[in-house]
Amino acid sequence: MVIKKDGKIIVHPYIPNSVPEVQEEMLKVIGVSSIEELFDKIIPKELQFKGKFGLPEPLLSEYELKRHMNKILSKNKTCEEYLCFLGGGTWPHYVPAICDEIANRAEFLTAYAGDPYEDHGRWQALFEYQSLMAELLDMDVVSVPIYSWGHAAGTSIRMASRITRRNEALIVDTISPERRKIIENYVEPHVKIKWIKHDPETGMMDLEDLKSKISSDTAAVYFENPSYLGFIEVQGKEISEIAHDKGALVVVGVDPSSLGVLEPPSHYGADIVCGDLQPLGNHMNFGGGLAGFVATKDDPKFVKEIPYRIFGLAKTIVEGEYGFGDVAFERTSFMVRETPTESKEFVGTAAALWGIVAGVYLALMGPKGMWELGKTIMQRSKYAMKRLSEIEGVKVPRFKAPHFKEFVVDFNATNKTVKEINTRLLDYGIIGGIDLSKDFPELGNSALYCVTEIHTKEDIDKLRDALEEIILGR
Amino acid sequence: MGIVKLRKNFHEAKWDEPIIFELSTPGERGILVPQVEKAIEKEVGDGLSDLPPHMIRKELPKLPEISQNRILRHYLRLSQETLGADINIDIGQGTCTMKYSPKINEVFVRSPKVTELHPLQDESTVQGALEIMYKLDLLLRKLSGFDRFSFQPGGGSHAIFTMASIIYKYHKIHGNDHKTEIITTLLSHPSDAAAPKVKGFNVIDIPPDPETGYPDLEAFKEAVSERTAGLIICNPEDTEIFNPYIKEMTEMVHEVGGLCAYDMANANGIIGIVRPVDLGFDMGFYNLHKTFSSPHGCGGPGLGALGVKKELEPFLPVPVVDYDDKNKRYYLNYDLPYTIGKVREFYGVFPVVVRAYAWIMSLGEEGIKEVARVAVLNNNYVMTRILKEVKGVGISFPKTKYRVSQVRYTFEKLAKDTGLTIEDIIRRMVDFGFHLWTSHHPWIIPEPFTIEPTESYSKDDLDEYIEGLKTAAQEAYEKPEIVKNAPHQSAIHKIADISMLEDPEKWAPTWRMYLRKYGKK
Repeated sequence: MVIKKDGKIIVHPYIPNSVPEVQEEMLKVIGVSSIEELFDKIIPKELQFKGKFGLPEPLLSEYELKRHMNKILSKNKTCEEYLCFLGGGTWPHYVPAICDEIANRAEFLTAYAGDPYEDHGRWQALFEYQSLMAELLDMDVVSVPIYSWGHAAGTSIRMASRITRRNEALIVDTISPERRKIIENYVEPHVKIKWIKHDPETGMMDLEDLKSKISSDTAAVYFENPSYLGFIEVQGKEISEIAHDKGALVVVGVDPSSLGVLEPPSHYGADIVCGDLQPLGNHMNFGGGLAGFVATKDDPKFVKEIPYRIFGLAKTIVEGEYGFGDVAFERTSFMVRETPTESKEFVGTAAALWGIVAGVYLALMGPKGMWELGKTIMQRSKYAMKRLSEIEGVKVPRFKAPHFKEFVVDFNATNKTVKEINTRLLDYGIIGGIDLSKDFPELGNSALYCVTEIHTKEDIDKLRDALEEIILGR
Repeated sequence: MGIVKLRKNFHEAKWDEPIIFELSTPGERGILVPQVEKAIEKEVGDGLSDLPPHMIRKELPKLPEISQNRILRHYLRLSQETLGADINIDIGQGTCTMKYSPKINEVFVRSPKVTELHPLQDESTVQGALEIMYKLDLLLRKLSGFDRFSFQPGGGSHAIFTMASIIYKYHKIHGNDHKTEIITTLLSHPSDAAAPKVKGFNVIDIPPDPETGYPDLEAFKEAVSERTAGLIICNPEDTEIFNPYIKEMTEMVHEVGGLCAYDMANANGIIGIVRPVDLGFDMGFYNLHKTFSSPHGCGGPGLGALGVKKELEPFLPVPVVDYDDKNKRYYLNYDLPYTIGKVREFYGVFPVVVRAYAWIMSLGEEGIKEVARVAVLNNNYVMTRILKEVKGVGISFPKTKYRVSQVRYTFEKLAKDTGLTIEDIIRRMVDFGFHLWTSHHPWIIPEPFTIEPTESYSKDDLDEYIEGLKTAAQEAYEKPEIVKNAPHQSAIHKIADISMLEDPEKWAPTWRMYLRKYGKK
């Protein structure tokens, strides 16, 4: 029983069968005298823990709990209270009200792994997510979402390795440092990574370096577009030609919010495309809003190497009625726990709800919305680069290239570190860009700034003025 | 007691809803995007002039064009055609721990104090978030006996992979090139076998003893060798037979220098009763979306909270959250010398952390124990009644009489008697407003189904579900056609042709493929 300090029995609202009379009746049906007796019949006594765990006293009323939680959460300062210029893998975008409405629907929120009948709506919503993403990416097959872009990239590279039966991946060295750590762990020991240099002026992949490293061992060439550092890799076609010439596959990680204005990677030769759904209607959630996607062509050789679930249309016994089911379910570890030779990875609970939300977002935006989104981000970030470059000693953008959403601000010619600048910016109610000095030491004292559709002219001007005051001591 | 009523007149919402692309009317808009101010336009034009023409998208994506109201209606209808745990007695999705997800916790995670946080904000501005992560870590340490938790894995399988990565790195650091094998049991989750293969291990599956359902101890002894890198195992497995040899097994693996990793996906009947460290485990994970009440979201986001003993702390993914007592502040600690790196960008699914923390704080020590006690009570009550009252049913490994918090049953007899299969019964249960689930690999229990009552349902609820199962089984004997052609009262009817899912020529994983392959416009 749940017993409160004074010895009074409390039946917790989450545990109905704590009512003593009900427990008695149920025990009688089972034929044991107590729950303890039941435990002793199931778990060897010596393995049961009889001590105290030392957990805090419970906050039994909902009101007490709410007070407690609010007290802690109120210590957070949000990106609504501060003006935030952080991106780098989680980005501040506007989340339409309808996205929240659907994400919070009890039926979607609390469903899980039900069959295509009683959970028909879930299957359709995820099939539609796949279909909407397929249009955005202009690719034919998209899986149910996985944990994050980093994991999706690891899988895409492993897929390429299995498809080509080769064991080397060439990855450009400008990718996200977070994803770098994920991929390195995920592909070891089957795939060896070789890093491709970038042009220090433009940020573009160094094609000579690529040519010198690519070989008949190369399974995949991986780059991101826009890159982690914000510039757009414009040599997609050349990279693909070099890769395909050697029989390697091209894997591109992409920010889907760019695809209203930028060509999707499939148009410049990508064989497998991955990325993150957070920008499509999912809140930042302290980095918890991530959901990875993997897309490829409708070729069984490729599809069969996707380790995740893929929902497909299936007809029912009633003419004209849509039903759904798992496409080639035998691919997955749910059906075959181990493939005899090479690992085909695994599948489990990942990020389905964020996929449904991304579908809602794409439906809301439509083709024009995605175009406008891309364009407004291009304009606002370009305006921000222009305004910040007016500040003496600040070089923006660091790379001579077109940019999308993010750009490197070079503070090397100022006498302030990014850390100092960011600390001071907080006094202005501003959260400055990501300090790159640790992950990209060659850039020295630089920061990665992010400007999206949510940043107004006033916001950008405010940032500019604050930076100028801090740097020039005005 | 309240009323127990089998819902024979149940009918799920059936909207016959078109695919979203079919709702498109060119020109309609679902939402407008903030356009730039005139002054910005004046400064930078359309913003696209720097782009080389070959990088500009020539043709807009073929997304549908739909007004806001219609989109809302579409998705609300789809939600109504989904049997979420909030609206059904969801004990039939065994292994999934479909317990109640308290609504108050949704209030917390919908707050901008959670949703509008960027992970790279200055630590001084996210002290509340770091405090909750740190405190949940402390609570889980107390419950498990482990010394440190990571919240990076995004689900149970992801946590298994993380454990396999730690085992891999541990032996790499120690130069143990000969440690190439992972031992698991055949009835552990398929990912316990599949994920270690990603780290290059060979996997040995220990079969269950056909009588008791315990892992075959002799086979296990034979499998343990100098090659053993580690053990990754469920206990209880999905049969919910508690493994009485578990401590012997972890000791044997330790003797040959292997690590022991615990898949605690089935922890609901043993939290507060058994501590993983006492069973000899070096690490293990709790599914916060199962045992700790975070809702399942149609298949995530979830969280596999991974706990380790002190000696494995340096291998955890970075960062972990620490508290600086001197300066009274929480901070992210990246200083883990042998870290496997990362398994996910940033720190994990923060809303799930918030919910799990609030759930534990609401229950406290006695409450958590009561969760396990009632989960076990409910399960054994349901099992006793099902075995006594449902026609054609059996249980896997009947010699082992009592189970922890779920049971893998079999309709083998029903299938032999009637020619129907578990799939038929599953579809019929839908007509009463229930889920019923089979199992995943391995298929060693014929015509399987799995029921996990959890602590969340009242006796009346459990009785209603049992009535449903009784009725469906009875019908299989007396009115087989009604079962065979089920569901009758669901959002859709029986799937007619699975070749559309298996045959590459026919499959249609996206709407565009459907249009292309089936000659639609």
